Amino acid sequence: MATTLVDRHNLKQHARKNAKKANDGTGISRAEGWRRRGPLLPALIFTIVITQLPFLVTIWYSLRNWNLLRPDGNQFTGLQNYVDIFMDSTFRSSALNSIVITLGCVFLAMVLGIIFALLLDRKFRGQGVVRTMLITPFLIMPVAGATLWSISMLNPSFGLVNWVISLVGIPPVDWTASHPIVSILMALVWQWTPFTMLLVLAGLQSQPKDVLEAAQIDGAGWTKTFLWVTLPQLRRYIELGVLLGTIYVVNTFDQIYLMTAGGPGTASANLPFYIYQRAFLGFDIGQAAAMGVVVVIATIAIATFALRLIFRSFDAKD
Amino acid sequence: MTTLITPPKSPAPISAERKSREARRRFSGSALTTVTWLLAFVFFAPVIWLVLTAFKPESAAASNPPVFFFVPTFEQFEAVLSNGAGAYFLNSLIATGVSTILVVLLAVPAAYAVSIRPVKKTQDVLFFFISTKMLPVVAVIMPIYVIAGQLKVLDNIGTLIVLYTAMNLPIAVWMMRSFFQEVPAEVLEAASMDGAGLIKTLRTILIPMVTPGLAATALICVIFAWNEFFFALNLTAANAATVPVFLVSQMTSEGLFLAKLSAASVLASLPVVIAGWVAQKQLVRGLSMGAVK
Repeated sequence: MATTLVDRHNLKQHARKNAKKANDGTGISRAEGWRRRGPLLPALIFTIVITQLPFLVTIWYSLRNWNLLRPDGNQFTGLQNYVDIFMDSTFRSSALNSIVITLGCVFLAMVLGIIFALLLDRKFRGQGVVRTMLITPFLIMPVAGATLWSISMLNPSFGLVNWVISLVGIPPVDWTASHPIVSILMALVWQWTPFTMLLVLAGLQSQPKDVLEAAQIDGAGWTKTFLWVTLPQLRRYIELGVLLGTIYVVNTFDQIYLMTAGGPGTASANLPFYIYQRAFLGFDIGQAAAMGVVVVIATIAIATFALRLIFRSFDAKD
Repeated sequence: MTTLITPPKSPAPISAERKSREARRRFSGSALTTVTWLLAFVFFAPVIWLVLTAFKPESAAASNPPVFFFVPTFEQFEAVLSNGAGAYFLNSLIATGVSTILVVLLAVPAAYAVSIRPVKKTQDVLFFFISTKMLPVVAVIMPIYVIAGQLKVLDNIGTLIVLYTAMNLPIAVWMMRSFFQEVPAEVLEAASMDGAGLIKTLRTILIPMVTPGLAATALICVIFAWNEFFFALNLTAANAATVPVFLVSQMTSEGLFLAKLSAASVLASLPVVIAGWVAQKQLVRGLSMGAVK
């Protein structure tokens, strides 16, 4: 939706270009055009109504000082909400947390995913079982995964992690209280590593076998083959994994809500969680909406870049 | 990571000592298998721990040091199921099932229109669909909440169905497009020569050919809808709450009922875990929206 403002501009530009083309006589007849468009319209209209209209309303809300706790409010205030949120240090720290959590999770999940994919990309006893084990964290309900990590694994007095580190003499750590972002990252990386692993594995398996053999015959060792043959081949898959991963992880809410509730204080709140807090616990609709708009605008930059890349991935095969 | 996998470097030229190289390779191969199994076990350990805890009596669940040996009991599962979990599961089933059917009904014709006989500006349409997927949900939750309140559809399973359909539709359009593109053009030409219309072509030729793709698409929609928490948390209460909301309600006194919470987690995750295990091959294509086969 965010991107649609930009999209619409692009659409118009395209339309102009296409209109010129159509006038050259290469266009399809009007009736045929509608026959082709027909099957698309239900999905298109549905998506526009459900995803675009609410965002227009969000923009409207963001220009009003609407706080459910102050019945006298709800007037037009122009850009005051935007000024306020940029003065709000929690908004800035949440934005920073969003970046740290997203990049940290995607990077670590990608590194682990590459390691797992390389280990899986060879014939060995129990290959199928290991693969099944490794994809399972992605299938576990995120709410269940978050409570599993925050209680069973990371609880300071009976968590499994503290028991394991006690075996090597490390004193117990109150993970979610003293290292909230690290704790959230553990649960997130655990959940998203299977995703990157599957993408990288698909990339590895699409490698032409003869190229690998040729590299071996030329006497390239494993490291050299990996660096000069495999990695370039994987680039497209890694890029796709990073970008799709970013799109999904940047919206993380479940883990933060359940593991730290953004705390201690607001130390581990990311933007989705902070906006949720402002809207549903602070009842400050105007400010929450303004934050939403800012997040959407920030997403445009990533999204346009991501989309171009995804299209390149698709068109490579079309 | 390279140190793990790189076989020991042999200083000798390649042609010499072939046998010892072979033996070394076999050794490093089985060492690698052991490392793989070990890493997989560590990564999978939280799942094992979750399942183990679910079968513990409550007294053995939140203990230090952890209890590894105990008499397994179904007590916790019974407690969860007799605690009214059924209604939440039914809500999740309806929200997931109906939204997935709607997604397929909307996505198949749309994917047809952007692949088989493409409309003008196909790229822009696809661009639009996927861009809605990138929009942060938090940016629209307030208007949705307010509008749903005015329409009196808060805490209504229909609201979740509509939102889940919108949430999964872009992925489904992209996925189905990638499957349609694999249908050979000659087959379609033959159909249009025979004068088959859209519905007939879809029903008799295209759908049967892309059935595996349809299954993969439905699987992805089911995973995302079943696990969805944010909308369910904010838009439902007593009537329409789904399984993730139920799970959170089980967290009331942390630690005290850990075994029961674990049993609830296992039950909540089970449908999607089994579906994902069965359809592993389709998973990657779905997650990459059809880009990776």
